[in-house]
Formats: sequence, structure tokens, C-alpha cells
Amino acid sequence: MEKQWFTISVYSENNVGLLNRISGIFLKRHINIESLNVSKSEIDEVSKFTIVVHTTEKWVHNIVGQIEKQIEVIKAFYHTDDETIYQESALFKIASGLLFDERQIQNIIKDSNSQIVTVSRDFFVLAKSGRRSEIDEMHDQLKPFGIMQFVRSGRISVSKEEMQITAMLTEFQE
Amino acid sequence: METVKEKMTETKTKTTVKITGAEAIIHCLLAEDVDLVYGYPGGAIMPVYDEFYKFQDKLTHILTRHEQGATHAAQGYARVSGRVGVAIATSGPGATNLVTGLADAQIDSTPMVCITGQVPRHLLGSDAFQETDIIGISTPVTKWNYQITKASEIPEIMAKAFYIAKSGRPGPVLIDITKNAQFEEFDFSYEKCKGVRSYIPTPKPNLGSIEAAAELINNANKPFIVWGQGVILGEAEEELKAVIEKTGIPAAWTIMGESAIPTSHPLNVGMVGMHGNYGPNVLTNECDVLIAIGMRFDDRVTGKLDEYATQAKVIHFEIDPAEINKNVSADIAVLGNSKETLELLLPLLNENKHENWHQEFKKKHQIEFDEVIKNDIHPTKDGLTMGEVIEEINLASKNKAVIVTDVGQHQMIACRYAKFEQSKSNITSGGLGTMGFALPAAIGAKQGAMDREVVAIIGDGGYQMTIQELGVIFQHQIPVKIVVLNNDHLGMVRQWQELFFDKRYASTVMVNPDFVKIAEGYHIEAKCVTERKDLKSTIQEMIASDKPYFLEVKVEKEDNVFPMIPSGAAVSDIRLK
Repeated sequence: MEKQWFTISVYSENNVGLLNRISGIFLKRHINIESLNVSKSEIDEVSKFTIVVHTTEKWVHNIVGQIEKQIEVIKAFYHTDDETIYQESALFKIASGLLFDERQIQNIIKDSNSQIVTVSRDFFVLAKSGRRSEIDEMHDQLKPFGIMQFVRSGRISVSKEEMQITAMLTEFQE
Repeated sequence: METVKEKMTETKTKTTVKITGAEAIIHCLLAEDVDLVYGYPGGAIMPVYDEFYKFQDKLTHILTRHEQGATHAAQGYARVSGRVGVAIATSGPGATNLVTGLADAQIDSTPMVCITGQVPRHLLGSDAFQETDIIGISTPVTKWNYQITKASEIPEIMAKAFYIAKSGRPGPVLIDITKNAQFEEFDFSYEKCKGVRSYIPTPKPNLGSIEAAAELINNANKPFIVWGQGVILGEAEEELKAVIEKTGIPAAWTIMGESAIPTSHPLNVGMVGMHGNYGPNVLTNECDVLIAIGMRFDDRVTGKLDEYATQAKVIHFEIDPAEINKNVSADIAVLGNSKETLELLLPLLNENKHENWHQEFKKKHQIEFDEVIKNDIHPTKDGLTMGEVIEEINLASKNKAVIVTDVGQHQMIACRYAKFEQSKSNITSGGLGTMGFALPAAIGAKQGAMDREVVAIIGDGGYQMTIQELGVIFQHQIPVKIVVLNNDHLGMVRQWQELFFDKRYASTVMVNPDFVKIAEGYHIEAKCVTERKDLKSTIQEMIASDKPYFLEVKVEKEDNVFPMIPSGAAVSDIRLK
């Protein structure tokens, strides 16, 4: 079976230690987590983990089964890239002088559809949301001018299909 | 005493009374019908031990000689009784010593609640004396764990702990309680846990899949059942028996499923797996429908996965959805508790005998008997074999004993040759293969089934890993029978060295102490048998005794266990020698 990118979505209670429990499932199988994001979800008091892995479908199926088995996990899903709408966000911190001296930088900002978050005497900060490839491209373009700091978030994603989690929770409460 | 307990539980559950966290823990245990716990005290758990002292007429605490012993004793108790075993320890090393038992209970699905003391809330993360992150350490080896930092959390969390440990696919739960929470006073009231919103312990059976399974079984020519511990945990022994008797399907067991159906049952064809029986292993690769019930296709069962039952349609009856398609793909998965699913399946099945198919098992059994079994249990050579010792125990105990085994050659031989009439009678460390399991587990098994004979069968290696628990047997006069099959080697590793490492016996020779003297040091009656002529009478004497009894049998030093599926080989490539 061929390796591919999968996005695992985990709906869970918001409890201390659950991240450790979930990450341990990957550790036990020697599978690297490529990106991780934890946030609130569309349901009150339910957290959502978005985890990206590069592995085979057999393994992702196994992992999702083990994640879902954890007491405080309500439901877990996995999707391929085609089945999700996904994005990452990045911040670039760059010396202020360059903004005025290098005309090319202004073109990069316009062409990449990125935003200037702040400008101070010493530096300015660019924010860019989009696909990994778009962020990588912008990074490559800015690199020759000098990037003071760079950070990129984990993937966030929503599935194209409905995730029937709300119905599940309603059913439990009935 | 029952009424006192009930009355007390009633007062504590219905009205609220201000008590300390430590006392609350006792009331939680009593409310969960716990009357026996195993453990070891220490600084961070002392307030709870102070309550054990006060409540000793209602709750017995057994002081094991090591915390690992407490976990295995709790496991033995749980496995034989079907109840939740409880082990308790202090923080730091006390807690870390529980880890092996937790891992063992996790992989063998044993319901157990472990309680650990922890440094006070304000010292967490300060590297205080005997502070360790037991929640972090135990996470991968627990079904659930939780750190309590205030007394008010105790009732709800303890109720949840027992519910989670016992429900669905059982497993170990660890509750870590900071010392301040043990001292704090609060209004106590207790309510048993009835559900956790994020946790579905037992999936509802799907009738469509049961109908599809029945159709496949009814049309099969060579159907074969392999059952595991799920039948015992689901208390589905009668349902399984009804299914095999109606359909005439030959049925084999994994090591964890042994004793669910009596050994003498004509449709019970023996053990699958690495040292299982010849027929069940070879014919796994000839059956047309493989019906797996409450088992997880462990690698010791399947051998080489790519060559495991590839010709067969597979039906998997299983409570844990994560087991479906984990190792072996199921053509039909039937989720649910085995008792419930087999009950629904039974009326849909046609009566059958499968006589020709049975003949194949009989033929294979004859080959195994001639090549292996005969020499194992009726040897003609001088040295004693492990198999003949097990056979004498069968005879003396009339196949009624609970057999508790450790890990290694003696374990395989005991599971191959011990005979059982009653379920929950084979207690062994199956998944984790924990040497040192048997002696403390036998203590728990005896205390969980006081009316039954409990015989621990242990190798000379594993025995010395938890030998200090003889102290518990002596102190509490727990009448377990301990049989050490001594070959002065780590026998199973030595066997692999002989077969696969050109006889390079690296660190497998053991120079052993005088085991009889050690047992006698604990004032336990002890004998050593070195010759065949003394074996039967000594075993009879041991079984007849109503006291703890230690028996060492000096067996052949370099015997091997066969049949054997070499690691990585197909089940049908099982070797008879």
C-alpha cells in the first residue's frame, strides 16, 4: 500500500493529558506527526485535533481506531487531501528597511495575497494563509532578502462530507 | 457483615457527610463491592492507609512484598472472579513498580483499578521527594487514567474508574491522588457511573451482519471456530457451546480463551498458535470459513500474516471495533458482546455434523500424539518431563484446579496439557508474557476463588522474579500450591538459542539456590522431586494438603516444546520436532 497524506480529525473532551494519550498512539507505531492543531470545534465544549500524517491507509485506519477507542475521544475521522478543504497560516518577520528599499518585496506581498500585520521602526510582519506550497513559494521568494523569523501553523481543515458528530452527541444525551 | 456494609454504604450514598478524601476513597471502594485490595504503603498514600486501618473489618488489605506483586495479585483475582482487581501504591517508585502489571492487564484486557498516592498539589512539578509523572508514564498502558488534585473529585472519578475498567473490553485504570486531596474534607456522596458520553463500551449488534455470518456458516464445508478470551470476558461460554454443538463446527482456542469450553468436549480441538496443537494450526490454512470469536489475531496465533487462512472467508465476532481489520481482514465483522451476538446467531444456524472435516482433525491429532504428546506425558526416557507433571496434577486435582502459569516452556506445556472443566480456570500472562506473573497472580486467584484448588506452575527463572511474594502466602496462610518446574535454564530462550542461534547459550544457564530451603524459610511445607517414582505420590500429597505447599520438580534440562511454528513461518509450517 502506498503512503499518502491523511488528515485525521479528532473530536474529544477538553481534558488534561489527552494530547499525550493521542500522540502516544503515533509514537507506539513509529509514525511521525507532520502537523498538529488543537482548537475548539463547532460543538460547545468539544475540542478538535487536526493531525496530518504521511502513511498508508492501513495504518491510518488502525490509528484512527485506536484514537477513537480512547475514553475521552468522541469520534475520529480520516480524510485524504481531496476530501478536505485545508489551509495553513504563516508569519514572516522582515527588517523594515527592506519594505522601502526593495521594490520586489512589495510585488511579492501583492502577488501572494499576503497581509501586512504590523510595521514598526525595525521590522514588519507578513501573514499568509493558504496551501503549504503557496507558503513555501513565498518563503523561497523572501529568503534572499533575509527573513528575521518565520513560523507556520499546523494544518486546519474541514471535510467536504458531513461529520455526523453532533447527531451522535444528541443521541447520547437523549 | 454484609448488612453492616450495606447500611454503611447506604448512609454514605444517600446523605452527605463531611469526610476526608482518604476516607472517601474507602467508601468508594466499598460502594463498588471491593472487599480486598493489594498494595504497599508509602509517604504519599499514608492518609489512605490510615483509613485501611480504621476500616479493616470491612476491607482487607494484603501487603505484597513488591508493588508489581500487588498488580499481578489483583489481576489473578480479577481473572478468576470476573470482578475488578484493586492495587494501591505510593508515589514515585511505588507507582512505577505498577507499570508491568498495568501493561499486562492492558494487553490481556483485565479489569483492574490502581490507586497511587502523589505529592501534594502545590509540589507537582517541583521534583519533590518521590514525585514521578505516573500519569504520563502509565498513559500508554492504561485504558484510562486521571490525576485527582482535590477531594471533591474523588467520588465521580472513582465511580468512572470502576465503570471504565469493567465495561466493554475491560482494562486497567490508574487514579493518581495528590496527598492534599487525601487530607481535604468535603461533602461526600456517591453515585455509581452509568455512562460516559464519549465512550461506547459495547457496540450494538448489527442484525444484518449476523444474518450474513449465519449464511456463510450454513454454506461452509470446512468451517472452523477459533475463540479467545472475549468469550470468557463476555461470559458467553454457554452460548459458544450451543453454537458449536448445533453446527458441529470444530473449535479451537487461543491461550487466553482456554477453559471456556471443557477440554473433554468432543468439539474442542485444542490450541492454536506457536506451540498450539498440530491440527488446529495446519487446518487453519485449509478451512473455508474461519469464525474468530473474541480474539485479536495476535502474531503468536497467526504466524506469518500473509499466509494465514488466505483461502478462508473470515467472520470476526469482536467487542472492540479497533480490532476489526487490524491484523486479519474480516469478510464479515460482527461487533458486540459475544454473549449477545452468539445468542442472536444461534437460531439462524443450521444443524450439522461435519464428520469428514472432523476426521481430518482426528488424523492430525494422531500424528501429534505419536510424535509429541506420547513422549511428553508418558515418557520412556529417564528424565522427568514437564508434561508428565501437568498430567499428574490433572489426575490428582480431577481436572478441577485453577492453573496459574508464568511465562516460558512450562507455560506452553501447562496450557497444552492441563485439563479444565470450568471456565476462568487458566490464568496466564498471554499478551505481555510477563515472567514473575504466576506467583502473585496465584495469590489473587486463590483469594478470588477460595473454594477452588489453585496450582501455580512456574519455571525456575520466572519464580525468582517475584519469589518474595512467598511472604504473603506465609503471612496470610493462603493455601496455593506452587510447582516449580526446574530445568536450571531459561528454557524457552535456550530452546530458541538451540534452534535458531547455533546453540550459543548466552545467559540462559541458571545456577539456582535450594528452593526447598527458601520455601521452608517462609515456613511453607516444601518438597523436591527428582525421580519419577516419587512424582505421583508427592503431587497427590500436595493436592490433598489444605495449606500452602511448595513442590520443586527437577525436569530434563534441555527438553524442547513442540509443536512449534518458528517465528515468521506460516501456521501450516508448524514443526513437530
